[in-house]
Amino acid sequence: MGDYVLLAISCILINNILLMQYLGNCPFLGTSKKMETAVGMAMAVIFVLVLAGAITWMTEMFILRKFGLEYLRTMSFILVIAALVQFVEMFLKKSIPALYAGLGIFLPLITTNCAVLGVCLINIKEEYTFIECLVSSFSYSSGFGLALILFAGVRERILLARVPKPLQDTSIGLVTAGLLSLAFFAFKGMA
Amino acid sequence: MAKSITQEFTKGLWNEIPPFRLVLGLCPTLAVTKTVENAIGMGVAVIFVLVGSNVLVAMLRKIIPSKVRIACFIIVVATFVTVVELLMQAYTYPLFLKLGIFIPLIVVNCIPLGRAEAFAYKNGIIPSFADGLGLGIGYAMSLTVLAAIREIFGSGTFYGNQVFGPSFQPFNFMVEAPGAFVCLGLMLCVMNFIGKK
Repeated sequence: MGDYVLLAISCILINNILLMQYLGNCPFLGTSKKMETAVGMAMAVIFVLVLAGAITWMTEMFILRKFGLEYLRTMSFILVIAALVQFVEMFLKKSIPALYAGLGIFLPLITTNCAVLGVCLINIKEEYTFIECLVSSFSYSSGFGLALILFAGVRERILLARVPKPLQDTSIGLVTAGLLSLAFFAFKGMA
Repeated sequence: MAKSITQEFTKGLWNEIPPFRLVLGLCPTLAVTKTVENAIGMGVAVIFVLVGSNVLVAMLRKIIPSKVRIACFIIVVATFVTVVELLMQAYTYPLFLKLGIFIPLIVVNCIPLGRAEAFAYKNGIIPSFADGLGLGIGYAMSLTVLAAIREIFGSGTFYGNQVFGPSFQPFNFMVEAPGAFVCLGLMLCVMNFIGKK
């Protein structure tokens, strides 16, 4: 049990997917202008990533390794993720419309979110067991959500500040992300 | 088509240079620019994937039905990424190890997918080739410039060779994650400043 807690903490804080591993930066900058969109994106990523982590792990173990097809990993994972996102979208639309209304527009974006494919590949690379894989998928995506929501809060404040013209928008966003990343950097001492 | 082939090629070098003007493909831009060597390796891989996928999508654009085009593009891009992955594993193994999961992640690096959707699906083979090559080279150049800044200040070397004398204290901040964000942000600022004039 202790191992799982440690794994979770290291995935959320020390190896934070956005600020330390540099994955998923396009939605990080794209959806962080408003708090609501940031929360929606964070929820959608957590939801899809846990499912995708479990399914890609099974694909790897039961199909690719069994038939010696490891070189097709990239291609099969991206197809699995794309199909899963489509399926989740249809399922939510039909059975949980309230949740669909909240996550709807973010779901298609997740296919090309490199955090999702990245975490699935990390799970395989680190040779996690099935439970560890679930824990790491959940904590990496929570780390993503944490960083995204923190960043959206800061960014709403920046809108009120006077920023020099060439620095506006993405540019100041990146500098802010750098400062946020510096704060997360301090967790490295814990490892 | 009013635009000439050369225009398609040169627009990728400044007007639509990927990480800055289109703000696409940021993750590898930040992650692989610790050293110039990694950046050039990544740049070449992206050029190959981009040119290959653009040409193939342009060739197949009459056959691909528009309803499932995104799925088709993803498969085309993933095929070329797998080819690059296997080639790098065979011929440049140390580089393959250094770039790690960022090679398979070229699939979801929005540039090849974005160009397939925005350009190759609507244009012929030769303009698509020029477009892919131009944007690919633009991307590789920006990676190299960013990597050069980070490597020179962060570890005092350029392509593995010492730049400063032995008394130079490396500015560690630059090679770590925060430095990557700040450095890219400031480069974007400089680009905006020059573009304004």
